[in-house]
Amino acid sequence: MNNPIIELKRLTKTYGDFKAVNELDLTVNKGEIFGLLGPNGAGKTTTILMMMGLTEPSSGTARVCGFNATKDPLSVKRLVGYMPDSVGFYDTMTGLENLMYVGELNGIPRSEVEERALATLDLVGMSGDAIHKKTAAYSRGMKQRLGLAEVLIKDPKVIILDEPTLGIDPSGVKEFLALILRLSREKGLTVLLSSHHLHQVQQVCDRVGIFVKGELLAEGTIDTLSNLIFAEKSYEVHVSLENVIDLPWKDEAEMLQLDAVQQVRVQDQIIGITSSRDLTPAIVRFFVQKGYDVSGVQKKEYGLEEIYERYFEKNLT
Amino acid sequence: MKAIKDLFDSHSSTTTETRPHPFWVMVRKEISGHIRSWRFLVLLLLILLTFWGSISVALSNIREVVADAKDPDRLFLYLKLLTTTEGTLPPFHVFLNFLGPIVGISLGFDAINSEQQNGTLTRIMAQPVYRDNLLLSKFVSALTLVGSLLLTLSLLMIGGGILITGVLIEAEEVFRIFSFTVLCTVYVGFWLGLSILLSIIFKQASTSALTAIGIWLFFTVFYQIIIDFLAGTVIPAANEFSQTDVIRYNKLILNLLRLSPSQLFTDATTTLLIPSVRSLGPITMEQMAGAIPSPLPLRDSLMIVWPQVSGLIAATMMCFAASYYLFMRREIRG
Repeated sequence: MNNPIIELKRLTKTYGDFKAVNELDLTVNKGEIFGLLGPNGAGKTTTILMMMGLTEPSSGTARVCGFNATKDPLSVKRLVGYMPDSVGFYDTMTGLENLMYVGELNGIPRSEVEERALATLDLVGMSGDAIHKKTAAYSRGMKQRLGLAEVLIKDPKVIILDEPTLGIDPSGVKEFLALILRLSREKGLTVLLSSHHLHQVQQVCDRVGIFVKGELLAEGTIDTLSNLIFAEKSYEVHVSLENVIDLPWKDEAEMLQLDAVQQVRVQDQIIGITSSRDLTPAIVRFFVQKGYDVSGVQKKEYGLEEIYERYFEKNLT
Repeated sequence: MKAIKDLFDSHSSTTTETRPHPFWVMVRKEISGHIRSWRFLVLLLLILLTFWGSISVALSNIREVVADAKDPDRLFLYLKLLTTTEGTLPPFHVFLNFLGPIVGISLGFDAINSEQQNGTLTRIMAQPVYRDNLLLSKFVSALTLVGSLLLTLSLLMIGGGILITGVLIEAEEVFRIFSFTVLCTVYVGFWLGLSILLSIIFKQASTSALTAIGIWLFFTVFYQIIIDFLAGTVIPAANEFSQTDVIRYNKLILNLLRLSPSQLFTDATTTLLIPSVRSLGPITMEQMAGAIPSPLPLRDSLMIVWPQVSGLIAATMMCFAASYYLFMRREIRG
C-alpha cells in the first residue's frame, strides 16, 4: 500500500501575516479514503484549493496523480473530481443539463454525453422526474447527489470532497457516506474528504489527519491515533460523593498506592482517577470500604471525539 | 518522441467533430442562457422599438429629404433612412449611442460575480478548462448575440426599404451599413469588456452594475461639461491669439473629448452614414477652397474613421487585459 497519489511537501499558504497552511506534509495512497479533520478555519479548504490548482501555494509543492497542481492544473483537473463545500448549479438549467454541461467540458462527445449523464445519475441514486427539474428547486441533499454525479462523470482517479455532509440530515449523511464508500471500493477510487463532523468520518475513513490552525497534528488510522495520544491516560473514572471533601483529601496517598493508578484529581464532590487499566471495581470497593457515600460512578472512554477535543485543547493552550 | 505523440493526440482531439472544444461548449451554453433570460428579451424589445420608431419617422420624411437638391448625400436613400429625423425622435445611430452601453453593461455586469455567488465558478474552474476560456466565452457569446441582432436589423431595414420605396440598394450603401453594424458591435464590445472587468472587481452584481452605469453617465453627461469648463479657464480670451493658436486649442479640446468612447462612436458613425463628412476636425479656408461639396468614397470615409475604431478596440483590449490580469491568478473560492 505504498503508492502515493497525493503528495504534499512543505505546502505553505500565507495571507499577509496569517498562515493558513503551514509546511504541510501529507501523503495519500491509491485507493484509500482519507479524512481531513479540523475545525472551521483550520485551512482544510485552502489545502484542497492548492491541490486543485485553484490557488497558488506560497511555497512547497502539491503533486496529485504525478502532476504538479500549481504548474499543470489542467492535467490534475482531468483526473481529479472536486466537490466544493457549497455546491451551486445554474438555476435556469435542469439537473441533467447541468451535468451534461460539465460532461462536455470534460471532453465527452455530444453524442455520448446524455447516456453517460443518465448512467452517472443512476449511480448516485437519482432518476425519474427529478433530473428534469430546474436545479433551483432542488433540496440540499439532491444538490449534493448531483454534485457527486458531476464529480464522477469525468471518470476520475481521485475525488476530493470538501465538507460533503454539511447541511444534510443524519439519514442522508449515512446514505451519502455509504455511497462514497461503495464507489471507492468498487472503482478503486482514492477519496479525500474534509469534515468537522467526526463520527461521520469515523464510519468511512481508512485514515484520518487532524488539522488545526494550518498544521497537521497527527495522522494515521483511528486506532493508532487514540493509542498515540492516550498512551499514558487510557481510563478515567469519575466518582461522585454525597458530601464535599475537605482538601487535601486524606485518602489520596492511599488511593495512589493502588496498582495502576496514575493520577487523582479532587474537585468538590467529584474525584477523578486516571489509570492505565480499567480499575472501576477496585475503586468502587475502595470507596465503600472507607465508608464514603458514593452517589455515582462514571467511566470515561475515548473515541474520536475525545481525540479531537484533546488536540484542540492542546492547541488552545 | 513523447512530445510528437502529445501533439498528435491534442491535434486529433481538436479536429474530430464529435469532441467539442470546451471553449465552444461554454460559448454555446452562454448564448442559450442569454437567449432564455428575461434580460435579453427586454433588451431585444427596447432595440426593436427604437429601430421601428426611428425608421418609421425617417420613412415618412424620406420623400422631402431625397428631393432636397442642396444635399450632396440625397442619393443615398438607405443611409438617409438611418440618419433622417424630423426632430421628434433622434435617428437610429444617435439612439444606439445610448442603447449600446446599456446593452453591453446589462449583458456583462454579473458575468463573473454571479457565478461566484451561486457557487458555480468553483465547479467550472475545477473542470479541465483554461481560466481565460471562461472570460473569453462570456465576451464572445454576448458579442455574437449583439452582432447578429444588429445584422438582422440592418438586413430588415434594407429589405423593408426595397419593398416600400422600390429603389435598389447600391453596393456602397451595403458596405457602409455593414461597417456601421461592425462599428456598433465594437462599441457594445467596449462596454461589455468594461462591465466584465467590473464584475471581476466587485463581488456584488449590483455594485458592478451601478459602477458601470456611473462610468457611462460620466462620459455621456459630465465629461463634456468638465472639458468645456477646463477649456474656459485655461484658454485665454479668443481675440488675443492668432489663427494657428485657435486651431491648436480646438484640436486639443477635440482630442480630449475623444477620450470618451461615446464621442468616438459618434464621430465614426457620422462619417460612415453621412458620406459628405470629410473631416472630423477643423478645416481651414485653404483646405476648403477647392473642395466641391460631394460625398466621399467609402475608402476615404473608412480612412477617416479608422483612428476612432482603433481607439475603441484599444479601449476594449485594455479592459480585457485588466480582466485577465485580475482573474488569472485569483483564488477561486466558493
